[in-house]
Amino acid sequence: MTAKTAPFLRVRNLTKRFGQFVALRDISLDVATGDFVCFLGPSGCGKTTLLRAIAGLDPQDQGLIEIAGRDVSHLPPAARDFGIVFQSYALFPNLTVAANVGYGLVNQRAGRAKIEARVAELLALVGMPEQGTKYPVQLSGGQQQRVALARALATSPGLLLLDEPLSALDARVRLRLRDEIKMLQRRLGVTTIMVTHDQEEALAMADCIVVMNQGVIEQVGSPQDIYRNPATAFVADFVGTMTFLDAEIAGPAALRVGAIELACPDAARFLKGSAVRIGLRPEEIRVRNIDGGTPNQIATRVTTLDFLGSFCRAHLKPEAAPNVAILADFSLNLMRDLAVAEGQPLTVALPPESLRVFSKPS
Amino acid sequence: MSVVAIPSAPAARLSREEWIMRLGVLLLVAWLMLTIAFPLWALLSKSFQNADGRFIGLANYVRYFSTPTLYGSIANSIGVAIVVTMIVIPLAFGYAYALTRSRMPLRSLFYAGAMLPLFAPSLLSAISLIYLFGNQGLLRGLLFGGSIYGPVGIVVAQVFYCFPHALIIAVTALALADARLYEVADALGTTNARIFRTVTLPGAKFGLINAAFVVFTLVVTDFGIAKVIGGQFNVLATDAYKQVVGQQNFEMGAVVGMVLLVPAVLAFAIDRVVQRRQVALLSARAVPFEPKESRLRDAALLCFCLVVVGLLIMVLGTAIWASFITYWPYNLSLTFKNYDFGTFDQSGWSSYANSVMMAALAAIIGTTIVFTGAYLVEKTKVFAGGRMIAHLLAMLPMAVPGLVLGLGYVFFVNASWNPLNILYGTLLVLVINCVAHFFTVAHITALTALKQIDPEFESVSASLKVPFWRTFRRVTVPICMPAILDIAVYLFVNALTTVSAVIFLYGPGTKLAAIAIVHMDEAGATSGAAAMASVIVATALAAKLLHILLDRVLFMRWQAWRRR
Repeated sequence: MTAKTAPFLRVRNLTKRFGQFVALRDISLDVATGDFVCFLGPSGCGKTTLLRAIAGLDPQDQGLIEIAGRDVSHLPPAARDFGIVFQSYALFPNLTVAANVGYGLVNQRAGRAKIEARVAELLALVGMPEQGTKYPVQLSGGQQQRVALARALATSPGLLLLDEPLSALDARVRLRLRDEIKMLQRRLGVTTIMVTHDQEEALAMADCIVVMNQGVIEQVGSPQDIYRNPATAFVADFVGTMTFLDAEIAGPAALRVGAIELACPDAARFLKGSAVRIGLRPEEIRVRNIDGGTPNQIATRVTTLDFLGSFCRAHLKPEAAPNVAILADFSLNLMRDLAVAEGQPLTVALPPESLRVFSKPS
Repeated sequence: MSVVAIPSAPAARLSREEWIMRLGVLLLVAWLMLTIAFPLWALLSKSFQNADGRFIGLANYVRYFSTPTLYGSIANSIGVAIVVTMIVIPLAFGYAYALTRSRMPLRSLFYAGAMLPLFAPSLLSAISLIYLFGNQGLLRGLLFGGSIYGPVGIVVAQVFYCFPHALIIAVTALALADARLYEVADALGTTNARIFRTVTLPGAKFGLINAAFVVFTLVVTDFGIAKVIGGQFNVLATDAYKQVVGQQNFEMGAVVGMVLLVPAVLAFAIDRVVQRRQVALLSARAVPFEPKESRLRDAALLCFCLVVVGLLIMVLGTAIWASFITYWPYNLSLTFKNYDFGTFDQSGWSSYANSVMMAALAAIIGTTIVFTGAYLVEKTKVFAGGRMIAHLLAMLPMAVPGLVLGLGYVFFVNASWNPLNILYGTLLVLVINCVAHFFTVAHITALTALKQIDPEFESVSASLKVPFWRTFRRVTVPICMPAILDIAVYLFVNALTTVSAVIFLYGPGTKLAAIAIVHMDEAGATSGAAAMASVIVATALAAKLLHILLDRVLFMRWQAWRRR
């Protein structure tokens, strides 16, 4: 997160229940001015509930929300100064694109000419100039979402809320719109919160990711931070792919998986003898340039290979621990050079610094 | 960014917005209480009072159940209703099957033809039967000395009257077929009979149960047919009328009303339970069913439909034809003299004017209240409890027979303590009663339309600082215009044709056409009654045609946004 003085959005001890179900449990969060923040988590984790509480659409039961230094905890949505875009676009079908974009401007009693100029400016901004006279039904999904974005930005809100804006679009359009939204946000500098369940989307777009699970925040951090140093096994599993293995701490910087001893500086955080889980990203597994001095070498056998386009995902079975499976991603290049094939033996190295140790859930 | 957001004191304006929503919900609940709950309460309490208005416990009920001529009507009503249900449901199912599962030609025309009875007062079919099989009936010989007056006449007339109601439900049930179920069954080599038994029938089961209860309730609670063709055969609906209008025994009338409420409420409750279980059957990904080519099946179904629709048209046509006959059955030359209503009934044509006026007001006032109310219930977030009460009250009239609600109005509006008694005998009370009586279907139609609208429209307009009523006017109402028109026509046609809801409530200057039919028939002026019924049918059909036309124009002109 870029360091700035006072946060633009401050959330403190937010709790929201639906009957017996606790959707948000004592959430506290700061969002810096101009940041692009993603709420990331599986469905039902509370990310949309948190967004709607910030918007005032589903008010919290307890807790404080401050926007730009103003306590808005109990204000209705219209008094909070935000623009919002929904997964369903929520465009008014009976109004033209221009009327949709100008919907909030009419209320500000600006002159007709001024509104028209602003609408044209916004449509140009989202890459849809000259389309103002069409109706939403005549537009593609991606175009509709652009119009929804223009409508949300029309009143120049201080905060832009995006509720799974790309989920209803097909893969190609999603990729393009993802970049465009990110560029637009950078250009306007508007503080933005996006809810998504797609980790790839969050990693690509956000300045700061808030990973949520079961109503609590698991971790807040930059995309690199979240990916490289996941705070919990949940984060590690949800963001990217990881192999998890049961292990035991064998020393200040060593652990044991079955019969295999591994060096691991991260193990220092735990007491010797305690049972832990270790995580390892598939792309961290090394095959090239292994010599006698390379630490954590293990002899394995390739059980299956999944072809995934630009790379292959191998399932490796260590010779010393046959009931363990380790995932490894190999480039096609590497596959060709080393003649990797199913059933073949393969010596790999697990770089000590890439092994993450997590406490075992009791 | 050139336009600056205006941060002017939004909190104050917003509380006003919410305040207006709350006021709306309160007004809606108050209206529904006043027009539905209180009259029913008045009826209930009346049944526990003596003529002086003193509480006497169950004494009225004890007297009712110790008088054979009174409690005998229960068995009569239920018996007739069961027979009618057993005839109508298979007929409607077969007809609906032909409409939805065959490639028979002119299906939409056959559907429209079967809807004809909806545009006539229920007693029109009874009048026709009298012309055909009554004492001077053309086909009287076919009865071999039997009499049409009594249970036979009631059953036949009710079958005619209830058929479209059952058909609508059966068509809906059969139209919701998932083609893939049939493809799977076919791929597994299942015989047609077994597919019908294991796929078609289970899919339509809930619809048929629902239709059966609707028909049962319609028959038990309908007043007009039993009044015209029932003869000496007593049923609950005519008992209530006799007690109140004939003997001025309001307390006993109230007891009959309460008894009448039982089957209707029971049917309603069972239907709710059944409907709740139905939801799981339908999947959003179902593939619509396309019937395959089969000449034999189509020909057979076509014959069946021709017979049914032929009978429906014959019944409707007989009354209309007879209304132009000089002296049935002796002088069959045509005349307009039966349309000179003044010669049969002193209110003359004025009752027709009253009817049209009343129906138009019910359509305008009712549609406004129903749609605004449904919007408040579905789209606002204030007063969760109040909105739930409003919804429950809106669902209640479905279970209340028109006769019962009408009686409730008599007791409630007529009460000396009630300041609303200035309404008694006015056209307005008839309008209010009709709106209340037909509230449920209109409410469900509005809710269905509103539920199809993106639930985030209100969120979006709040985020854009646009007050909810502007979005209601600019977006919600235009999108729902087809449903709004549906509601208006539904209210208009039903207000025009209903007898039971208004029979107790009209005043000296506000007699309605449908009531004039009852009176002319009572006075033996059947030709006048037939003529008046024909005028009502013509008016209702004209309204429907206007609706279709308007819908087309709307679609072409104002709903351009629906077209890609």
